[in-house]
Amino acid sequence: MNDITSNVLKGDSRSIARLITLAENNDPIAANAMKVIHPKTGNAHVIGITGVMGSGKSTLIFELSREYRKKGLKVGIIAIDPTSPFSGGALLGDRIRMMELATDAGVFIRSMGTRGMLGGLTSAVYDVVEILDASGKDIIFVETVGVGQAEVDVIKLADTTLVTLVPGLGDSIQTIKAGIMEIADIYVVNKADRPGVEQAVAEIESLIDITCSEKDRKIPVLTTIAKQSKGIVELVNEIENHKNYLKNTKMFEAQRKKRYEAELIEIIRKRLMNLIFDESIFKDKVESLIDQISKKKVDPYTVADEILGKILK
Amino acid sequence: MERKIRVLIAKPGLDGHDRGAKVVARALRDAGMEVIYTGLHQTADMVVETAIQEDVDVIGLSLLSGAHMTLFVDVTKLLKQRGMQDVLVVGGGIIPEQDAPKLKKAGVSGIFGPGTHCDEIVNFIKKNVKR
Amino acid sequence: MFDEKELEKIKQHKDKWLKDIYSNHVKKHPERKKKFENLSWNEIKNIYTPDDIAHLDYIKDIGFPGEYPFLRGIHPTKYRGRLWTFRQFSGFGSAEETNKRYKYLLDHGETGLSVAFDYPTLYGYDTDHKMSRGEFGKCGVAISSLEDMEILFSGIPIDKVTTSMTINGPAAIVWAFYIANAENRKIDRRIIGGTIQNDILKEYIAQKSFIFPPEPSMRLIVDTFEFGYKEVPKWNTISISGYHIREAGSTAVQELAFTVGDGVEYVKWAMKRGLKIDDFAPRLSFFFNAHNDFFEEIAKYRAARRIWAKELKRLGAKKSRSLLMRFHTQTAGCSLTAQQPEINISRVTIQALAAVLGGTQSLHTNSMDEALALPSEKAVRIALRTQQIIAHESGVTDTVDPLGGSYYIEWLTDKMEEETYQYWDKVDKLGGVLPAIEKGFYQREIANAAYKYQKEIEEKKQIVVGVNDYQMDEPVEIPILQMDEKGEERQINRLKKLRKERNNQKVEKNLSALRKAAMGDENLMPYILDCVHSYATLGETCQVLRDVFGEYKEPAIY
Repeated sequence: MNDITSNVLKGDSRSIARLITLAENNDPIAANAMKVIHPKTGNAHVIGITGVMGSGKSTLIFELSREYRKKGLKVGIIAIDPTSPFSGGALLGDRIRMMELATDAGVFIRSMGTRGMLGGLTSAVYDVVEILDASGKDIIFVETVGVGQAEVDVIKLADTTLVTLVPGLGDSIQTIKAGIMEIADIYVVNKADRPGVEQAVAEIESLIDITCSEKDRKIPVLTTIAKQSKGIVELVNEIENHKNYLKNTKMFEAQRKKRYEAELIEIIRKRLMNLIFDESIFKDKVESLIDQISKKKVDPYTVADEILGKILK
Repeated sequence: MERKIRVLIAKPGLDGHDRGAKVVARALRDAGMEVIYTGLHQTADMVVETAIQEDVDVIGLSLLSGAHMTLFVDVTKLLKQRGMQDVLVVGGGIIPEQDAPKLKKAGVSGIFGPGTHCDEIVNFIKKNVKR
Repeated sequence: MFDEKELEKIKQHKDKWLKDIYSNHVKKHPERKKKFENLSWNEIKNIYTPDDIAHLDYIKDIGFPGEYPFLRGIHPTKYRGRLWTFRQFSGFGSAEETNKRYKYLLDHGETGLSVAFDYPTLYGYDTDHKMSRGEFGKCGVAISSLEDMEILFSGIPIDKVTTSMTINGPAAIVWAFYIANAENRKIDRRIIGGTIQNDILKEYIAQKSFIFPPEPSMRLIVDTFEFGYKEVPKWNTISISGYHIREAGSTAVQELAFTVGDGVEYVKWAMKRGLKIDDFAPRLSFFFNAHNDFFEEIAKYRAARRIWAKELKRLGAKKSRSLLMRFHTQTAGCSLTAQQPEINISRVTIQALAAVLGGTQSLHTNSMDEALALPSEKAVRIALRTQQIIAHESGVTDTVDPLGGSYYIEWLTDKMEEETYQYWDKVDKLGGVLPAIEKGFYQREIANAAYKYQKEIEEKKQIVVGVNDYQMDEPVEIPILQMDEKGEERQINRLKKLRKERNNQKVEKNLSALRKAAMGDENLMPYILDCVHSYATLGETCQVLRDVFGEYKEPAIY
């Protein structure tokens, strides 16, 4: 076990990958490894990218990664796609856009399914960010599932959150509205060679004026054509600017604390669920309890009281 | 929590026929597996590096151009070099019967040619996954 | 099309028949399925009658062969005048081996040549390129230089026989090899005939052997249109293809809609360049699949002819020759089974017959062993004989468009045309063909159809004889094509020798000139011809274009 942690800290891909799997599967080995790793984290700049399907998130990450690699920085990429609620399986296809980086030793890409978690992320993502951080990655991209109103958990995780859009969505910007539009630290209008760019930028800027007038940082709206590597250098600069802004205003710490809070909650939630449904005396009784609730013989609050009462004793 | 089987579907070499690879990817997803599809034009290096990072249980190689004896074996050789014999390797596409024994010896455990029922592939994987 | 009163009488009679005879019969003897659907999942009725096609006007909608809208054929005499070309797609290993196969096919009655290239060639790589590893000659012949082209056609009368070349990304360069070879043999470029597939849109959609991004690819294609009608007037500079779209899993309607839609797109691009439609349109050709549903395929070809004629007229073509859709057909590779391969002969026969009844100008019949390997001599000979039997023994060539007027066929033709325009509406709403490709519209439609079809086979809603029914455990016992193992080594040595012995200064000069021209907007064909004549290789010439145009990466669609 010590082997795997020390190899992760050395940056060995195989060990990083194995530890991620263990973390994803809630293996106790992972929990112990995470304890050793945590003190070695904190260096990486975590950049969350969210946006509608087809806005070019993966290509953008690919281009940004290439730019960071030119500067000699190491990059980790976590690409999250939805797990089918019916089959439990997932088609993890973001990686296709990044295959040219597959053999670059300074880049590590991991595809993950949401595995039932809502909010656009996956339960193990906090662990994966820490693992990649500890293994020496300077930049960690988290590409979330394409966006509706609910996939905003990324703001708890990332230092800098990018929201991507494409021109010609028309009234979709209106429908995106609050929620997703409030979480961006930087807006990126990608595929800017399509008609409707100026309009898209104008609409976003007016939305920023409405929703974010109190904040003292003007949220930038950038345009890119990721496929042609256009606008990438400017975007990297803005990301850097944002990091500096966070550090100068001491918001960096506050943002990090939000992440650790979310991580703690997730660890506890998983533990509790595991305890109740997989390990406790209730694990075989759950189905019959739910059956009783359904037959109105008992209500869910009473059941919860009973379970928690016994567990917490 | 139930472990998910992670499968890498790769198209090595120049072959652009991806109908089968995509159909199989979907079928495996419907069977509850996490499927990573690399897209076209993969070298053995790219396939193996991806397999490492994604910590896959299975690699499925799809080839219809006739270059399987070279390209599939490139992948299995590299996997051996990197100490990854615990990854199950299967192949599909246009692979003549007479080449199957050589491929099996080189480390391709299952070969699924035209007319294969997707369930056959799913069951084979579930039965033979090594971890 | 029919007298109102007669029609009314027929309708009433039909209703009576349905209520009395049909319903009663079905009560005692139910039909084999609740719903009969063709391969585009269109429901097919129990019977078709005059009222199903009464809305058609014979002269305007159906007409006569050789006359607008060309539904019944583009020639007044069709096969009574001249049979279709027997053109077997062929190629493997090195140029020497394929040259032998071409001579074999011509000896056995083939009337046109068709070149299959190996993957490295299709992607514009020389045999010794690192991406060519393991791929030499496996699915076609390797052509890396003009010298290879010379060997490929050595002893073959290319002034008398036409050649179709299935090449897309580097089509302009390979065409230049062919032209240069002819010129070296003192054959005037003005008399050589043939086709280059040169259809990049379907590469993005289905076959995936693209190299450059869309805009420069379209530029190159229009360059070939222009060079073609001016310099090589007997050459078809494009074969707008549905075959591969179908092989990727599309339905027949999608094949029709996407292919003819691509055709219209090419015409628009050429016109944008300033080319006159009547100059280049006569040399546009098409390439369709011949799949399993016999009548649907026939209806598809007929609908294609009529739609094309309408569209070209709408776009301003004035000459009759501009409105003619000429097409080559190949029987469906994806329908062949590896199990009990001999029965593929039966499949191919039905598919070929559909193509003939649909009026194809040229035909390739698959060999029975092609789900296993490239065709053996015996297998390809049988495939050729299949065409010859249809041509000479079946009698179907005695009259033009024998199925014209069939209530089913005319109804289905009309329906497929209607559904084509519905697809075109969808594409328009997405912004046109290129935006739709970029948004993955076609790819998604195709992937969904492929998956649905596979599920139906697995659920036995669709029977594939020998695969999910009538299976046997019998081992496959037909001989498989063996290729010359020394071929690759010979090829690489030849390339090395070529690069040493040619005038490398001249090659450099020509490649530089090509690079400069590629960055501008001149027609690139003359520059490519110069490179080719000086024995620049395919890979070297293509690399120049790769450098200038970039390489295309496809959207990730399942």
